[in-house]
Amino acid sequence: MAVNTDKNSYTILFAVVMVLVVGSLLAFTASALKPNIKENERIEKQQNILYAMGINGNEGTGDITFVDAKKAEAKFATNVSEQIVLEVKDGKIINEMTGEEFANSEDTDKGIEPYLIDVKKQQTRVKEGKSRYLPLFISDNNGQKVYVAPIRGKGLWDAIWGYVAIDKKMVVQGAFFDHKGETPGLGANIKQRYFMDDFTGERLLSDEGVFRGITVAKGNNDPKNEDKDDYEVDALAGATITGDGVSAMIKKDLKLYLPYFKNL
Amino acid sequence: MGLLSKKDTKLITDPLADNNPITIQVLGICSALAITAELKASLVMGIAVLFVLGVGNVVISLLRNLIPSKIRIIVQLIVVASLVIIVDQVLKAFAFELSKTLSVFIGLIITNCIIMGRFEAFALGNGPWKSFLDGIGNALGYAVILIIVGFFRELLGSGTLFGIPVLGDPIEKTGVYSIGYENNGFMLMPPMALIIVGLIIWVQRSRNKDLIED
Repeated sequence: MAVNTDKNSYTILFAVVMVLVVGSLLAFTASALKPNIKENERIEKQQNILYAMGINGNEGTGDITFVDAKKAEAKFATNVSEQIVLEVKDGKIINEMTGEEFANSEDTDKGIEPYLIDVKKQQTRVKEGKSRYLPLFISDNNGQKVYVAPIRGKGLWDAIWGYVAIDKKMVVQGAFFDHKGETPGLGANIKQRYFMDDFTGERLLSDEGVFRGITVAKGNNDPKNEDKDDYEVDALAGATITGDGVSAMIKKDLKLYLPYFKNL
Repeated sequence: MGLLSKKDTKLITDPLADNNPITIQVLGICSALAITAELKASLVMGIAVLFVLGVGNVVISLLRNLIPSKIRIIVQLIVVASLVIIVDQVLKAFAFELSKTLSVFIGLIITNCIIMGRFEAFALGNGPWKSFLDGIGNALGYAVILIIVGFFRELLGSGTLFGIPVLGDPIEKTGVYSIGYENNGFMLMPPMALIIVGLIIWVQRSRNKDLIED
């Protein structure tokens, strides 16, 4: 071949063509697979919410196991008896909607199933001075209602998020945490059973009804987490910042629900 | 052999043993340490690298007369990076659970020096078919070591293989645990992968004296 590949003009031409070809190839793949990926993420949200409610495929004390992905949709429909959306601004509830009202709304910021509400988007809305939509997923177990709320915050490297199930007195019934890029073996362990299970039974409110939250504490006062009245769970070794992130997102995001629970 | 000539066969078999990318060339060590605590992760990483290296080698080889030498490293990087993104997207779409456990490591493929090493050393100077075989061979050689290391780490560290308990129940004290055996938590730490790789190198070199450097 007689192409002089050392010429500058050729090098630039090659680079341009390469970028165009690779760029369109990747764009094509991404858009072709997008529906599948979206669907997987949707099912995952349902699985996470069900997990926080205590509906999961866990066996023994080992790993976390979700309900089967194929059954998640049906289980979600039967177990989540009600979805509601609270519209809050400056710490006050200005509107309370049922899931259907929210999903059928013409408003572009609404119009989705409440469990698909993106907490990150809602946090941005507050920064823009708008109201924030807070979803709650309610399961009714023979009159014992459990409320699941999504939370989101910052870990060491990237976002962390979770779902916390509480009863009407804001006592934690179950929790699920996940993360985008925490260090495997350290911060990533917030996704382990032994960390999540510690939250069950912890209280968010003091006896006087003041919001205290739960701190991921390094004090080692209660390593087995038997004391459920100390507003603390035992921290993970080597994951201080991730643990602090978990405390912060619980305090910040769950506090927003306080007015609702005060009126129950 | 009808399909493969003797030379072609060597391209696949050499990296499996006497020219293994991990134990002889000492490439790709970082991922060998990071993901071999479980056999399943080792296997999937092996398959992912097999795909990226096989296809990548062919792409580079087809372009070898067109790639300007001044920017060849960047071109190689782009090829690896786009293949990795495709693998990642496909896993997310069709094996979501798996992609969640692997997402950190999929990104690591880009930094796997075996891939850039084969592009640079082989694909830029050989035809597509040979390059494909070379890519498959090296990826298999990589996968074999990963699987051996993963097998021992998971077996001795957690007492399981592919997540299935094979040594009995450590809490109920059944199987070998009933005679006082304990899981070695140390095996789950990355340095133990290095020690196992070291042992493999030792065995390999004591069997084949030609590999010993002076």
